[in-house]
Amino acid sequence: MAMKRTTKRRLVQGVLYAVLLGVAVALALVADWPAIKANFFKSEGFVPPGAWGELITVGVKNTLIYTVIAFAGGLLLALLLALMKLSPVGPYRWLATAYIEFFRGLPALLVMLFMAFGITIAFQWTPPGGSVGAGIVALILVGSAYMAETLRAGIQAVPKGQTEAARSLGMSGGRTTVTVVLPQAFRIVIPPLTNEFVLLIKDTSLLFVIGFAADQRELTTLARDFLASGPTAGTSTSLVQAAILYLVITLPLTQLVGWLEKRQRRSR
Amino acid sequence: MTATTRPDAATAAIEVRGLHKSFGSNEVLKGIDFHVDNGEVVCVIGPSGSGKSTLLRCVNRLEEPDSGQILVEGVDIIDPETDLDAVRSRIGIVFQQFNLFPHMNVLRNLTVAQEKVRKRSRKEAVEVARANLEKVGLAGRENAYPAHLSGGQQQRVAIARALSMDPDMMLFDEPTSALDPELVGDVLEVMKTLASEGMTMMVVTHEMGFAREVGDKLVFMDGGVIVEEGDPREVLAAPQHERTRAFLSKVL
Repeated sequence: MAMKRTTKRRLVQGVLYAVLLGVAVALALVADWPAIKANFFKSEGFVPPGAWGELITVGVKNTLIYTVIAFAGGLLLALLLALMKLSPVGPYRWLATAYIEFFRGLPALLVMLFMAFGITIAFQWTPPGGSVGAGIVALILVGSAYMAETLRAGIQAVPKGQTEAARSLGMSGGRTTVTVVLPQAFRIVIPPLTNEFVLLIKDTSLLFVIGFAADQRELTTLARDFLASGPTAGTSTSLVQAAILYLVITLPLTQLVGWLEKRQRRSR
Repeated sequence: MTATTRPDAATAAIEVRGLHKSFGSNEVLKGIDFHVDNGEVVCVIGPSGSGKSTLLRCVNRLEEPDSGQILVEGVDIIDPETDLDAVRSRIGIVFQQFNLFPHMNVLRNLTVAQEKVRKRSRKEAVEVARANLEKVGLAGRENAYPAHLSGGQQQRVAIARALSMDPDMMLFDEPTSALDPELVGDVLEVMKTLASEGMTMMVVTHEMGFAREVGDKLVFMDGGVIVEEGDPREVLAAPQHERTRAFLSKVL
C-alpha cells in the first residue's frame, strides 16, 4: 500500500516524540526523588542565601581573576609566538612551532603539576602568588600555544592587498603590521578568542590540585571543600551550585560568540 | 604637484632595463625595456597574462625582479642600499581591488600614511586629505567607512589616498576592471583631470578610449614582451604587428 510521503514523515516524527516521552517518564518513575533532593539540593546550602554568598564572593571572584590574568598573559605571549611563527627568520619560526606543538600536546593538568611542584623544587624558586601563581603560569603557557595558532590564522586571513597598499604608501613592515594588519586580524579572531576565554574559565578548575590558602580558592576548590565541611557536608549540593555558577558565566559568553560569528558572516 | 619641482627634468620618471621575472617555471617578463618620462601618461594594454600588471608591480618592488634594472627618478630601487620605503612613498599606486583599509574611515585612510610616513601634523594631514577628497568629488564623505561606499567611490577614495602623499607619479593597475560599468566614468574623469594637471602616470588598463584620449604613449604587451609601442592614436588606428591587430580586433 502506497503511503503519502507527508503522512509517512508525520508518522515517523510521532514515533520519535513518543519514544522520548517514554524514556523521560521511565526515568522519572525509576528515580529516587527524595535521595536526589537530599544529595544534590540540600536546602540548608541550596536555598538562598545558603552557601551562595561565599561561593560567589570567594569562588567566582577568584575564578574570574585567575582567568583574566591567564588570558591576558596568554594573549601577550601568543601574539609574540604568532609573529615569530610568521617571521621570515627560520630559527624564530622553528622555536615558535616547537613551543606550540609541545604545549598543545601535553595535558594542562600535567603542566600545572610541573609548574607547581617540579619547578619550585628543582629551581628553589616560587613564582609570585605562590603555588597559585605557578598554576596560573601553567595556564598561560598552555593557553598561549592555542591562542598563538588562532592569532596566526587571523593575521593570515587579512588580505594580501592590505599589506601591499600600506607598503606602497611607504609604511615599513613593522608599521604595516601594527597599523593595518593586527587591528583587522584581532577583529577576525574575537569569536575564537572568546572561546579560548571560556575554555580558560573551565581550566582554572584544574588549579584545585594545588594547595590553596582559604581566600585564594577558586570555585571548584571551594565547592570541593564544601563536600566535607559547611551546611551541605556529606552531599554533592556544592558541586551542583558550582556547576550552576559556571554556566551563569559561560553560557552568555558562548551565546556572544555565536552572535559575533553571525554578525561577521553578514558583514562579508 | 607639478613637474617643475623635480631636481632633474632630464631624468626619466621610470626607467626599466632588461627586466626578467618568473613565477616558478612561468616566465612572465622576458626582458622588458620601458620608460616613462616626467609628466607623461603611458598606457599599457595587452591580454591577461601578458605581464603588464607584473611590470607595474615591479616598479615599486611589490614583485621582486629576477634580473634587470629599475630606476625611479634615477634611483636604483633594486640596490639594497636604497631606502625603498622612501621611494615607495613618492609613487602613488591605485589597485584593481581598491585595497582601502576597512577598519578606518575615509579621512583616516587618507591621513594615516601622511602622519606616520610623511610625519605631517594631524591638522596638516586633514587639510591635505580634505582637498584631495574634494578633488575626487567626495567632499563630505570623511566619516564613511569603505564598506558603505560604492566601488566607484572606493576607487576614488583610493586615488585621493595616494594623492595625499603628494606623489611624483601615479601607477594605476587596472583601476576600473572591478567596477560596474556605470561607475567607470567617474573614476576615469578623475584620472583625466590628473593627467591634464601634468601628473606622471603609468596606467595598465583595458579602457582604449581613455588611452586614445589621454595617453601620450601606448604600450602593447603580449607573452611577457613589449610587442609594439607608440602614439596611442596611431597604434590603435593602424597597429603594425599581427598580435596587436588580433588583440585590438577582440577588444574594440
